[in-house]
Amino acid sequence: MGEQQEEQPKVGVFICQCGINIGGVVNVPQVTKYAKTLPNVAYAEDNIYTCSAEGIDKIKAAIKAYNLNRVVVASCTPRTHEPLFRGACVDAGVNPYLFELANIREHCSWVHMREPEKATEKAKDIVRMAVARASFLKPQQESEVPVDPTALIIGGGISGMTSALCLANQGFKVYLAEREPELGGMLRKIYRLYPTDDDALKVTDVAVNDVMNHKSINVLTSTNIKSVDGYIGNFEVTAVRNGEETKFKVGTVIIATGAVEFKPVGMYGYDTYDRVLTQVELEKVFQSGKEAMDKFYKPQRVAMIQCVGAREDKPPRAYCSRICCMVAIKNAGVIKQWYPDSEVYIIYQDMQTYGKDYEEHHQRAKETNIKFINYTKDKPPEVTPLPDNRLKVTVYHALLGQKRELDCDLVVLSTPLVPHESSKELSKTLKVPLGQDEFFLEAHVKLRPVDFATDGIYVCGTAHGPKDIGESLSQAYAVSSRAAGPMANRKVRTEAITAVVDPERCIGCRMCEKLCPFGAHRIEEGKSTVIDALCKGCGVCAGACLRRAIAMRHFTDDQIMAEVKTAFLTELPKPPEAPTK
Amino acid sequence: MTEQFEPRILGFLCNWCSYAGADLAGVSRISYPTNIRIIRTMCSGRVDPLHVLQAFKEGIDGVLVTGCHPGDCHYITGNYACEKRVKFLKDVLSQVGIDPKRLRLEWVSASEGGKFARIVKEMIEDVRKLGPSPLRKELPESAPQQ
Repeated sequence: MGEQQEEQPKVGVFICQCGINIGGVVNVPQVTKYAKTLPNVAYAEDNIYTCSAEGIDKIKAAIKAYNLNRVVVASCTPRTHEPLFRGACVDAGVNPYLFELANIREHCSWVHMREPEKATEKAKDIVRMAVARASFLKPQQESEVPVDPTALIIGGGISGMTSALCLANQGFKVYLAEREPELGGMLRKIYRLYPTDDDALKVTDVAVNDVMNHKSINVLTSTNIKSVDGYIGNFEVTAVRNGEETKFKVGTVIIATGAVEFKPVGMYGYDTYDRVLTQVELEKVFQSGKEAMDKFYKPQRVAMIQCVGAREDKPPRAYCSRICCMVAIKNAGVIKQWYPDSEVYIIYQDMQTYGKDYEEHHQRAKETNIKFINYTKDKPPEVTPLPDNRLKVTVYHALLGQKRELDCDLVVLSTPLVPHESSKELSKTLKVPLGQDEFFLEAHVKLRPVDFATDGIYVCGTAHGPKDIGESLSQAYAVSSRAAGPMANRKVRTEAITAVVDPERCIGCRMCEKLCPFGAHRIEEGKSTVIDALCKGCGVCAGACLRRAIAMRHFTDDQIMAEVKTAFLTELPKPPEAPTK
Repeated sequence: MTEQFEPRILGFLCNWCSYAGADLAGVSRISYPTNIRIIRTMCSGRVDPLHVLQAFKEGIDGVLVTGCHPGDCHYITGNYACEKRVKFLKDVLSQVGIDPKRLRLEWVSASEGGKFARIVKEMIEDVRKLGPSPLRKELPESAPQQ
C-alpha cells in the first residue's frame, strides 16, 4: 500500500444512473465523457446501478485491468454507500481511504429535477471536485490500542462502591480510592432512606462489607489522586496516601466523588441560632436516637424551609437539588412519628415529588397532618429570635395571601447538594469538564449521560448532579457497563482520520490543546503530540493552528483546497498535477 | 446585459448535521437552484480561514459554512470554534474590500432539509443583489464548452 503514495494517481471514475434517479435528470453519458478528460483519470464508465453486485464487480475488474490506485464513484451520499464502495476497493487491493464519493443524487439530480441541463453541468463540477480531491488522497490505517482490564473508581460512597462491586463481579480488577479514612460517603450521615424507610447505615454497612471482602477490589482509603496520565486503556495513576505515593495502571476511570450539603451561612439565622439546622444535621440528630434528641430538641413546632440557597437566579446554584422535597417529607415524617403531638410545617416554593412512589409520600404526609405553606421567591420567610431559645418564622402564605407567624422550637433548612470542593482539582487532573453548576458535565445529556467526551472516563452519582440513592445506583450500574465494554474487549479501535502534528512547525502555543474537545493534544517538551486513541478527527485543531503545523488525515489542506479550486470552472484544465507528499 | 448574473456559491458542510440536512433536502425532493457546490468536512470546526479566503481568491461570489446547532455538535464544541472564525473572517473580508455578507454561517441539523434549501435560495438571491465578486473570474471565451 505504501508504494501507492509514490505513484502517479490513476483515478477510475464510475458514474451511476441510479436507474432514473440520476439518469432521468443528469445526462450521465455526457458526464462520463467529461470525466475522461479530467487530469489523472485513467478510466471512466457509467452503470445503471453501481451499487449492484454487477457494478461492484466492474469496479474491482477495472481496478485490476487499468491498475487504478484511486476510485471515484459518482452516485449517492457517502453517508450511506461509502462503506460498500470502500469494501470493493479493499477487495481489489486498494486502501479504502483512496476512495471518494461524488454526490450527484441527493445534492444534484434530486434537487434540480426541473433543470436537467444545469444539473448535468453541476454533476460535471461535482465529479471534477471529487477527482481533484481523490488525486490527493493517501492510504490510512485504522489501528487498535490495548485496554488494561482494570478500573480506578474515585470515591467510595454508595455509587463508587456499587460500581466497584458490579465491575469486580464481572471479573475486572478495581482500585477504589476514597479520600476519607472509611468507605460510605454521604450515606453515613443519613438516618433513613425514602421511599422505603431503610436504615441508611445498614445499607452502607452491607455495601462496605461486600467491597472489603471482595478479592478483586483494592480499597485505598485516606487516598487522594494526584495525577492520571495517559488515555483509554492505558492510564497511569499516582495516588497519595499519608504522604506516600503509589503508582498503578488502569484501563478506565470512574468519577464517583459525590457531593456535599450546602452550608447556608448567613441565611435564616443558620450561623446565629442553635436551633436552626440543615436537613443533614437533623439526620445526624436522628441517628443518635430519640432519647438523645429529647434532651436537646423536644419539638412542639418545627418549620422546614425549602430551596435554601437553591434555584437561585444565577449559577452556580440555579439548579433544583431534586432530593430536598422528599428529604423534608421523610424527615417531617420521622418527627411526627417520634412526637405525634408536634406540628410540622414545610414551607415550600414548589413541591417536586416527581415519579413513581414519591407523590404517594407527599399525599401521605398531608394525611398525617404535616402542613404545607407555599411561599414565593420574592417573599421569603424570615427567622427571628424569641425568648427561651425559640424562633419566630414569619411567612407570607402565597395561597392564602396572608402573613403567618409560627413560634417554632426548631427550624430546618433544606439546602442543595453542591459539588465537593475537590471536583475542580480533579477536573483539571483528568481534563474533563465541569458544568456551570460545577458538577461534572457529561458528554451529552440524553445520548451519553455517564460518559465524558474523553474516552475511558465516566461519571456516576452525585458527582454529576443531585440524585437520590436509587438514581445514583442506576448510574453506578450504567458506568460499570460503559467501562466494561472496552475492558472486556481488551482493546479499542482508533479512528483513521486523526490529526498529525509536524514538530518542526509546532511552537507549543497550546491552542490545539485548548480547543480539542477530547483532550487528544498533549504538550510534551514544548511540542504538541496527538494521542491517536483519543482523537476523533474533527479537525478543529487543524483549522485553528496558526503555524499550520497540524494536518488532518483524509481532510488535509491539499485535499480541501483541491476541491475549492475546482468547484467552478474558471480556467482551462491544467496538465496533471502530482500530489504533494 | 439581458442575462441574469448567476452567483457561484461554495458550501462547507459538516458531515454529521448539515451534510445530512442537504441529503434530506434531496431525499425530500426540495429543489433549489444549481448555483452551489458542496465540500464535506467532518466538522464545521475543520474549516480553516485559509479555505474560505482561497474560495474568494478563486473568484467565488459567496461562501456558506454550515454546522450543527449550538449544543448539538458531534464533536461537542467544534461549531463554536467555527463561529468565532467566521466572525473573524468577516472582519478580514471587509478590510480587503469583500462584502462580509458574502460569507454566511448557518446551523442546519440533519432533519432540516427544508431549512438547507431555503438558506441556499436566500443566499443565492442575497449574493445576486451584491453582484459579482470583485475577484470574479470568467472562463476564457475561447474555451471549449464542457
